Amino acid sequence: MADAVKMDAPKLKAKDFKSDQEVRWCPGCGDYAILAAVQSFLPELGLEREKIAFVSGIGCSSRFPYYLNTYGMHSIHGRAPAIATGLATSRPDLSVWVVTGDGDALSIGGNHLIHALRRNVNLKILLFNNRIYGLTKGQYSPTSEPGKLTKSSPMGSVDAPFNPLSLALGSEASFVARTLDSDRAHLKDVLRAAAEHEGSAFVEIYQNCPIFNDDAFEVLKSPETRDMALIRLEDGEPIRFGSEGGEQVVVQSGYGLQVKPADEVDPADVVVHRSDIDDPAYAFALSRLSGTVLDHTPIGVFRSVRKPTYDGQVRSQVEEAASGVDRAAALGGLMHSGDTWTVL
Amino acid sequence: MNTVRQLDRVVIRFAGDSGDGMQLTGDRFTAETAKLGNDLSTLPNFPAEIRAPAGTLPGVSSFQIHFADSDILTPGDQPEVLVAMNPAALKANLRDLKPGGIIIVNTDEFTKRNLKKVGYDDSPLEDHTLEDYQVIEVQLTSLTVAALAEYEIGKKDAARSKNMFALGLLSWMYSRTTEVTEEFLRKKFTKKPQIAEANVAALKAGWNYGETAESFAVQYEIPPATLPAGTYRNVTGNTALAWGVLASGVASGLPLFLGAYPITPASDVLHELSKHKKFGVTTMQAEDEIAAAGAALGAAWGGALGITTSSGPGVALKSETISLGVSLELPLIVIDVQRAGPSTGMPTKTEQADLLMAMFGRHGEAPVAVLAPQSPSDCFETMLEAARMALQYRTPVMLLSDGYIANGAEPWKLPDLAELPDLGVEFATEPNATDASGEPTFLPFQRDPETLARPWAVPGTPGLQHRIGGIEKADGTGDISYDPANHDHMVRTRAAKIAGIDVPDLAVDDPDGEAEVLVLGWGSTWGPIGAAVRGLRDRGIHIARAHLRYLNPMPANVGEVLGSYKKVVVPEMNLGQLALLLRGNFPSADVIGYNKVRGLPFTSNELQDALEEVVKNG
Repeated sequence: MADAVKMDAPKLKAKDFKSDQEVRWCPGCGDYAILAAVQSFLPELGLEREKIAFVSGIGCSSRFPYYLNTYGMHSIHGRAPAIATGLATSRPDLSVWVVTGDGDALSIGGNHLIHALRRNVNLKILLFNNRIYGLTKGQYSPTSEPGKLTKSSPMGSVDAPFNPLSLALGSEASFVARTLDSDRAHLKDVLRAAAEHEGSAFVEIYQNCPIFNDDAFEVLKSPETRDMALIRLEDGEPIRFGSEGGEQVVVQSGYGLQVKPADEVDPADVVVHRSDIDDPAYAFALSRLSGTVLDHTPIGVFRSVRKPTYDGQVRSQVEEAASGVDRAAALGGLMHSGDTWTVL
Repeated sequence: MNTVRQLDRVVIRFAGDSGDGMQLTGDRFTAETAKLGNDLSTLPNFPAEIRAPAGTLPGVSSFQIHFADSDILTPGDQPEVLVAMNPAALKANLRDLKPGGIIIVNTDEFTKRNLKKVGYDDSPLEDHTLEDYQVIEVQLTSLTVAALAEYEIGKKDAARSKNMFALGLLSWMYSRTTEVTEEFLRKKFTKKPQIAEANVAALKAGWNYGETAESFAVQYEIPPATLPAGTYRNVTGNTALAWGVLASGVASGLPLFLGAYPITPASDVLHELSKHKKFGVTTMQAEDEIAAAGAALGAAWGGALGITTSSGPGVALKSETISLGVSLELPLIVIDVQRAGPSTGMPTKTEQADLLMAMFGRHGEAPVAVLAPQSPSDCFETMLEAARMALQYRTPVMLLSDGYIANGAEPWKLPDLAELPDLGVEFATEPNATDASGEPTFLPFQRDPETLARPWAVPGTPGLQHRIGGIEKADGTGDISYDPANHDHMVRTRAAKIAGIDVPDLAVDDPDGEAEVLVLGWGSTWGPIGAAVRGLRDRGIHIARAHLRYLNPMPANVGEVLGSYKKVVVPEMNLGQLALLLRGNFPSADVIGYNKVRGLPFTSNELQDALEEVVKNG
């Protein structure tokens, strides 16, 4: 959140953040759960509603701003990070959030996403990743698994997918996290950490599309599989997961990380998670533990480091230059500077 | 003793390799000329390549200045004096020179090798190529090096000062003083006093050479022009635009936000504004043209005056964002410094072929206001007008400058800043309606009955939280609406808002009222058309003229004006874009296009011929 945003808490509740608009996602859409989690989290910001602005692009997820009683803009496909950059840079008093999807952020808007992240603009970017194009009725997306059968890939998609967290880390993001639509407590924890972060915060939210890509993340949710697939990252804790009798740990391996059965590893060799490591290589290695196959999927805060923000630096340059300047007088001075002559 | 001859006007072109410093030479000659009180107009012409191979035709850079003892409108059709620093400069510019004109050549550069580079088998100085001209041969390089022998600088650095030698020589020929340039050089090279003094010495050596060498029998004087009283400066269009942006900030009291991506010939607006952060202007060099427009729109949503600058290819990329601006009904100023297209086209050359893109280059019914400055200094006021329209009507506005205006310069009588318009905006701070249960509520699309503008409630305003977006909105509430009647109503309302923008009537210049032909232009053709009309009237030919600054909406009296003349000639540096609009809107007018797309401004001579043809033969 920007420096100037006040944190003295008005006592608002989740319902205060509901707008009067009827929510129109498909029944069972993961977006409902995310909306409910966000509405119940927003009071924690301690801000009046008018100090919060949500900007979205195009796609199912991008309807989000309509359902929040804050300021909101539903913009154009892929451009929300650019528009939000303009707002955040000129308005340090606002808490600015971007809601986007895998097609919006990673395909048509990929350029704006990476540049917002490398600049470290004070934006909280929530990427709802359902690995499919929902609004246009079911084409493969830049995060769909290879071979995916869709209307536009009847013989299977041959597109190699992005790993959104790897991309964010490669874009010099200062805050990178992942969470699940179905785990409200975890989702709120991650939102809280993102909100507290100064600079760009990138949060990938795995979100189920019941119509075009149902159960894409079921392996992370089903009681039968989740313990062996889901890795909950906790700062300062060794990375352990797995069900009883099948405990797993994460250890260093070559230039990266790998999962090993706990009983094959000296406990001293288990990697202890730290999100504040300056070198992004560790977080990147974590992001590579899973790809389109979700067998070992870390969730939580991968990386959170302090870096100067773009908007903060831009404003301090302008403030320094403009301090105490009478603009009208300065304009006269500028126009009469250099070579001038007078005709009588 | 030299003879001094009085002239009323001269056109000089300095030409050399792009590394020879011709733009600086021209700029300094301009400053000296302005100081002397002549009216003037300048046109730089440089290659798109930053450093094309030395001595080649693509590497030639030139600067033309027209100055006179009366007011003038163009940089001149044909130079009467050509300074050619090498064979390439001679070859590239010779065909433009007036027969009988003066050529000053740097003979040191006329080596076999340099001649061969540009395809001269024999030196044009020794055959008949130049027999129609007065050729003055000067060993510019070696004279400069000799003059700087006592300075502790290398021969190469000494030779680089030859442009100052040339400037000194021309300053003598045309009776300019060199003090302004000396002062400039000492300031420019504050940290390298040795270089400063060497340049000053080269300048003086050139001046003295003119006075003593026998090749120069005649010195010329061009008396000052009689211009309206006031303080003047020379200004390029891009600088005037940037200062217009600063003035819009002063006049509106709003913070300024420029989103831009570097592109020729618009980048200088970004550079200029980046220097002036003390005016509360934020400049963002965005990752692309789309982001530049998006960030400006985002800042506008937040209550800033949002501006994005580009040229044709970049404006094409911004199109979707401009349409969003139309739908959101937020102020956004889009500056298109037009260049020759399509695609990369000729980036450093001028054209007016983006008019129809500005008018219609969007999806859906997405009208915006469009206006165009007519000369470099006019960019200042046109920018203020663009800001007025954007802020008052909450709409994107397209301002169409072009490469000729952007880089060309002319004296500008500095405006009285006390007379800046009041562009102050009232943001919405209170509910503007009551809901069904009688509670106060805010309707983001409840319009001002007069301007049809919607309220501008910036994020952060307590109690007015609302959502806006590109989806069609219900009139008043702004809620998402797919209602057919509502969409029809909203499309028509947005169109009516733009059509209803208050613009002044078109002024017609028809001194004796006997003209049957009207010449109607827009944008940078103002100067050449004006010079052509003057030429025709001097010969007793009746012709009326008018120039459109407001292209959308057009002034209310345009139809009436067109109807008052038998024929209307519309010169444009495109294939007839304004003509198409006029024929569509005013089918009874007899509109005749005069169109050229050579990347160069019209000459007043060709326009005179074309207009005379219509006047005489219809």
